[in-house]
Amino acid sequence: MDLPTKKYPVTRADLVRYAGASGDFNPIHWNERFATKVGLPGVIAHGMLTMALVGRAVTEWAGAPDAVVDFSVRFSRPVPVPDDESGTEIEVSAQVKSTTDEGHTVLAITAVCGGEKVLSQARATVRTSRLGK
Amino acid sequence: MSCQHEVLPNSWQHLGNARLRPTGHTSLYARHMPLDPSYVGRSYPPTPAYLVGREKIREFAKAIGATDAAYHDPDAARALGYADVIAPPTFPTVVSFASNNAVVDDPDLAIDYSRVVHGDQRFQYTRPIVAGDELVGRQTIQEIISRGGHDFITTRTDITDASGASVAIAWSKLVIRGEG
Repeated sequence: MDLPTKKYPVTRADLVRYAGASGDFNPIHWNERFATKVGLPGVIAHGMLTMALVGRAVTEWAGAPDAVVDFSVRFSRPVPVPDDESGTEIEVSAQVKSTTDEGHTVLAITAVCGGEKVLSQARATVRTSRLGK
Repeated sequence: MSCQHEVLPNSWQHLGNARLRPTGHTSLYARHMPLDPSYVGRSYPPTPAYLVGREKIREFAKAIGATDAAYHDPDAARALGYADVIAPPTFPTVVSFASNNAVVDDPDLAIDYSRVVHGDQRFQYTRPIVAGDELVGRQTIQEIISRGGHDFITTRTDITDASGASVAIAWSKLVIRGEG
């Protein structure tokens, strides 16, 4: 079963807000000068922000804020965030993959930005009976 | 945690050209030495207790656009059986990120943070984090692999509450890029 795709805009302001909320003040996420100095194309989103947005999609699909029992991702590609009003967009989709012995549902997740997959091997195990309803 | 990735993803390869090093430490990093796998199993003192504030959870939820009432409204969380607002799934990063600094700053490992890329992240949850929790993180080095000129270090953070009960476990795989 494919779950409905969700799209999340990400702007520079979102990165600043996430830095403060998470405590990750690595300058590659807010300082263009620093980011390019270390060889990046520019300011990139926190990997953990991408994971947080995926987590948001998962809880929305599950229909419960406390549904997630296991959640893992691999950050396969950086998410550059242009310095303009619209920033970029992360598109999150998932497929129901299997059911565990405990009756939990395993989701295989895809996160795409600018046509490229930014996560690989993203999985969430959720405790719910409301999935997709 | 399954750990099958042995190479730095192609998309990150250009980072190997980065030459930013802490001032005054250039000679320390002049030659790439693989990270010593004998550090696997090393553990670090528990972090000071982190008191989870209701407003911190709201701030975090707002920063990621998570609007579920249980993240914002104590009554909505109580209706689900929790004492106060609950945190979104990746909130344990607030504890594990700080806890991971013990490893990144360990002088024995001598990790050049300007070469660190976050590779993998996993959370396993016993229960959601609830406002009012006093959380402690205990950090262990679980795996060290060197391949293709890069080091891969997986740390495990056991997050417990004031009663000592497990709340969540976080695993972070950090990639320390080689000199390329």
